Amino acid sequence: MTEAPQRSDTSSPGIAELVMHTLAGDRRAIARLISLMERGGGEARRALAQLYPHTGQAHTVGVTGAPGTGKSTLVNAMAKVYRRQGLSVGIVAVDPTSPFSGGAILGDRIRMRDLATDPHIFIRSMATRGSLGGLARSTVDAVRVLDAAGYPVILVETVGAGQDEVDIARAAHTTVVLQMPASGDDIQAIKAGILEVADIIVVNKSDLPGAENAVAALQAMLDLNSTHAELHHGQLVRVEGPATDAIARPGAWRPPVLQTCAIRDDGVKELVAAIDRHWKHQRASGMKEQREREQVAEELRRILRYALLQHVLHQIPRQGLEDTVERIVARQEDPYSAADRLIAQAGLALDRH
Amino acid sequence: MAQDKIRVLIAKPGLDGHDRGAKVVARALRDAGMEVIYTGLRQTPEMIAEAALQEDVDMVGLSILSGAHMTLVPRVVNLLRAHGLSDVLVFVGGIIPDEDVPELLKIGVTGIYGPGAPLDDIVRDIQREVAAH
Repeated sequence: MTEAPQRSDTSSPGIAELVMHTLAGDRRAIARLISLMERGGGEARRALAQLYPHTGQAHTVGVTGAPGTGKSTLVNAMAKVYRRQGLSVGIVAVDPTSPFSGGAILGDRIRMRDLATDPHIFIRSMATRGSLGGLARSTVDAVRVLDAAGYPVILVETVGAGQDEVDIARAAHTTVVLQMPASGDDIQAIKAGILEVADIIVVNKSDLPGAENAVAALQAMLDLNSTHAELHHGQLVRVEGPATDAIARPGAWRPPVLQTCAIRDDGVKELVAAIDRHWKHQRASGMKEQREREQVAEELRRILRYALLQHVLHQIPRQGLEDTVERIVARQEDPYSAADRLIAQAGLALDRH
Repeated sequence: MAQDKIRVLIAKPGLDGHDRGAKVVARALRDAGMEVIYTGLRQTPEMIAEAALQEDVDMVGLSILSGAHMTLVPRVVNLLRAHGLSDVLVFVGGIIPDEDVPELLKIGVTGIYGPGAPLDDIVRDIQREVAAH
């Protein structure tokens, strides 16, 4: 990760200019800066360092749910509501990268054609590029670019998420989880995972039969477990239900369950109003800062993990790594001892707990 | 680590609804490791140029089977230039009569692919054009 100083000297003015144009809202610059964030590396880090003081203004709303629940269509409808309120909207839509070819088909724009030529809408499609968890590694940085460029609302659409892809809770201020009617029995609703990170639950496609039942099941689920996940030291943990909640955190947020039919714009205005209520609640209760602190702590840990991994791999000759793999396969060493040995070889003394 | 992926916008301008070819090409590019932004049917040249800008693509592929290519393709090329995207290359697929090919090449289209064009050729051409830029 060392770069020749003359290279950074020649590239930095270009980056400073790119950041400057981004801050002025120049769309070409925004697009190129997001690409830089996706590529990563030293230039991306320098750009982010210049950009970072200008971030922290936007309200980031995550939209997640299983494939086919209508995330893109709902994002399209939500953006139109925000536009009618006079707000410009940034959208980051994530689709999966093929684990085989590394390629991707990013198709979220198909459902966002209403927004295609609105100069106050910026849509960026992103591929996960091997990231699990529903977002790309650089999604958070793409959001920062749009934030610094002055978009007051940023909608982040995750990949079609199943049960365990909850990274969005680490990236958004408000997480909207989409369900659709007849998508499973009420046991699905009490399983662990995605519903636990919902700040707002939406039953989309409310014109289909079973919508009322789905809402009732979700409400019953909220009554039943009445816990809600929060990020705590980077871990999603359940916080106690309303009984203790009322004492510990008066006015704790209970996720509302709403119905929408996004394709007809039904219920979307109400959804945006609920998102606004959640944002106000977050700010008034101090939850916004708490969540941000936890998100930053988690991000810092992730960056450190990656940097330390790179450091270790850097210190070990490639041959050493391959030899170690052979030794483990041949049962001459176990993986944990091998890792300890490599870490020691890299000059890091770790206390293993 | 820094990684560069080829990003391609595949769009269908105009009014014909035949998107099989566009989907086959999109799939082939995906399988070649590219990121393909697929925008769907009935895109206006303005929508295509704006999407190319926001998505920061290397190339735009236009699929046209309506016969309106001599209107639509120059319009997209000009709009890309107007957006400051003269470095974004354009290729065309569909039913393009031979006599229209020279004119399209003259305005900067890098490749024209009719029915039966080998997908490998399209992939290789894109990789070559992007590498050369």
